Amino acid sequence: MSGRHAPRTGAGRAPDVFERGGWVTMCEYDDDEAVDFAIVGAGAGGATLACKLAEAGFSVVVLEAGPFWRPLEDFASDEEAQQQLYWLDERISGGADALALGGNNSGWGVGGSTVHFSMISLRFRPEWFQARSRLGYGVDWPITYAELAPYYEEAERALAVSGPVRYPWGPPRGRYPYREHEMNAAGLVLARGAEKMGIPWAAVPLATVSAPRGKSPPCVYRGFCNFGCATNAKQSALIVWIPRALAAGAEVRDLAMAGRIELGADGRATGVHYRRNDQWRFQRARNVVVSGYAIETPRLLLNSACDRFPHGLANSSGLVGTHLTTHAGPGMWAGFDEDIRWYKGPPNMAVCEHWNYTDDGKDFHGGYAFMSQGPLPRAWAQLLVTERHRWGMALRREMTDYNHMAGFVAVAETEPRPSNRVELSDVRDRHGLPVAHVTFAYSDNDRRLQDHARRFMGEMLEAAGGATPWTSDDTSHILGTCRMGTDRETSVVDADGRSWDVENLWICDGSLFPTAGGVNPSLTIQALACRMGARIRALAARGEL
Amino acid sequence: MTRDTDAPPPRFPGYDVLAKWDSPSFDDTTRGVLAARLDAVPPRRWLTEAEWALLDAINARLLPQPERAHPIPITPWIDAMLHDDRGEGFRHPDMPPLRAAWRQGLAAVDDEAHRLHDLPFVRLGADAQDAVLQAIADGRAVSPRWQGLEVKRFFIHHLLKTAAGIYYAHPLAWNEIGFGGPASPRGYVRLGFDSRDPWEATEAP
Repeated sequence: MSGRHAPRTGAGRAPDVFERGGWVTMCEYDDDEAVDFAIVGAGAGGATLACKLAEAGFSVVVLEAGPFWRPLEDFASDEEAQQQLYWLDERISGGADALALGGNNSGWGVGGSTVHFSMISLRFRPEWFQARSRLGYGVDWPITYAELAPYYEEAERALAVSGPVRYPWGPPRGRYPYREHEMNAAGLVLARGAEKMGIPWAAVPLATVSAPRGKSPPCVYRGFCNFGCATNAKQSALIVWIPRALAAGAEVRDLAMAGRIELGADGRATGVHYRRNDQWRFQRARNVVVSGYAIETPRLLLNSACDRFPHGLANSSGLVGTHLTTHAGPGMWAGFDEDIRWYKGPPNMAVCEHWNYTDDGKDFHGGYAFMSQGPLPRAWAQLLVTERHRWGMALRREMTDYNHMAGFVAVAETEPRPSNRVELSDVRDRHGLPVAHVTFAYSDNDRRLQDHARRFMGEMLEAAGGATPWTSDDTSHILGTCRMGTDRETSVVDADGRSWDVENLWICDGSLFPTAGGVNPSLTIQALACRMGARIRALAARGEL
Repeated sequence: MTRDTDAPPPRFPGYDVLAKWDSPSFDDTTRGVLAARLDAVPPRRWLTEAEWALLDAINARLLPQPERAHPIPITPWIDAMLHDDRGEGFRHPDMPPLRAAWRQGLAAVDDEAHRLHDLPFVRLGADAQDAVLQAIADGRAVSPRWQGLEVKRFFIHHLLKTAAGIYYAHPLAWNEIGFGGPASPRGYVRLGFDSRDPWEATEAP
């Protein structure tokens, strides 16, 4: 039975992701049994926190809207079929620079978007945690790099990140758990260009193993990483945190869509209304954690409006859904005489973080990294269509250059602004719930930053020998819609992810990010979740939950 | 001399990704998906006969395949998408829902053909069809039937992006561009510049 249509977990068991048709034992809780933590969403935030809380001895139920994938059976080596990994329910997306949703910036299923992410596992630059006071833009986080560093290390160990012996940027650090992967030609283009320009480059620290690890075989460089890893080399939340969480006694309910958080007369959350097998049910909980990522998390809070919080649960600040940031993804592309064949290996193997760590010579605030690329044919054709408006024989001819192309795409910071936000639409989804209406526009600073990235990446492509670079636009990652902070007037939750308004309501995902930084967020989300797990344990020990 | 209307000369002559069907580059899950794509092309279920014929004529210009006796099917998969009402996960506030956008957009393309050439789109010659589509692509459309539908967005993000996605999900298209195709469990070994595993395409000199 396909896991897309009927839940797989239940009857005391959950799929064993490492064995075809296999099962692992799973604890189960009654809806009426108030569990210590009900967690909504099983992605980088929710799965990690579920593991940490279960291992600390708390009773945990995870409600995940999507299926419980079996990577060895469900994941074809095929772009089209693997669109199943995305959140494809309708959302409305508008604004002057409307975001494309439902693709790389979404996930549907246990493991969330880590099932199809590029495995890029980079730490934030330390100064970004105090962006306002140390760099003069954005807003400060309520925690420092030093506070998060031990949890970055924990997350890197948990994911067995394969990275270079020496990473050229950031504070001195220990070795990555696994050695770096052999560089593909697409990455060697970046290396060659960077060396010609005298700029540092590095192998991307990747959460796919370069040697065997437990039941994970080493990466075979099949190149379909963005469409699900069919070998389990990729260290996704589905195969790292979820098996640990299950072993420690957590229950995971797949195809369970949360609709509303209930607030009791005492002002504390009492549990979560959710729909599974076409039935609305209510899971009682002593604490509720929302980990639905930066669109679904504010949507759930807004859909949980009640008498006490008529503008959305935990929204006395009015900030729920606001200050949405994304990573702008300006790209530069060029043809090469050599065979590149960029479909081989992980899609992003080489990185340049020069403009994340250099503050001089910029006409903008913020930073960006950029990586080598490896789009597969469907994605590449769609980029030629949407960015170059190629069609007819011109499209077919240009596509035949596929094996000779290389390019870079930036992960470029955008400013947190109140007007970029998630609200509720009049449109309802198949569960009868109002869908998210997302509004986004770039600021002038966001545009200057992207122009800079285009110029610099174009120079590097030409230095590497690329002919007539051309540019494209995209975005990735969505962050910041329930920002953490030190003050209940200017943030939704505190440094522990705990709501200022509802003391047993927590948020654990990319919604927390006050600023976006110039790197992929998954490692930081997992580090924050590890830290939250430790903080909750400490608070519980002091009787402060 | 290659004319604009000719198919590109074979750049990877003799390469057939499906020759790897029984090799370690294909697994059962992938074989199942590709067998359905090749052998279970869906019948018309949502579009009307006339809409199907119109869309088929449009697709024949968006991805012309004059060299193929059996072109890569595109229209049936769009009909299947509409039958299942399976979108991309978002829509712009100025666009109608998926099915309504397609129905209105197709009618508007045909009306555009009538206005420019006094004939339905399907009865135009290839050059005239291309001229209609280029006018739409450039936002020079005049039909009132576009009311409430952003013309360029319909052309690029509905018609063209969908057709291109379907075309380049087909093994014949992979042969054409020298893509390695499915690669599990074997993957690849030779990753560097000008490096080719024996199970990859060879480019014509």
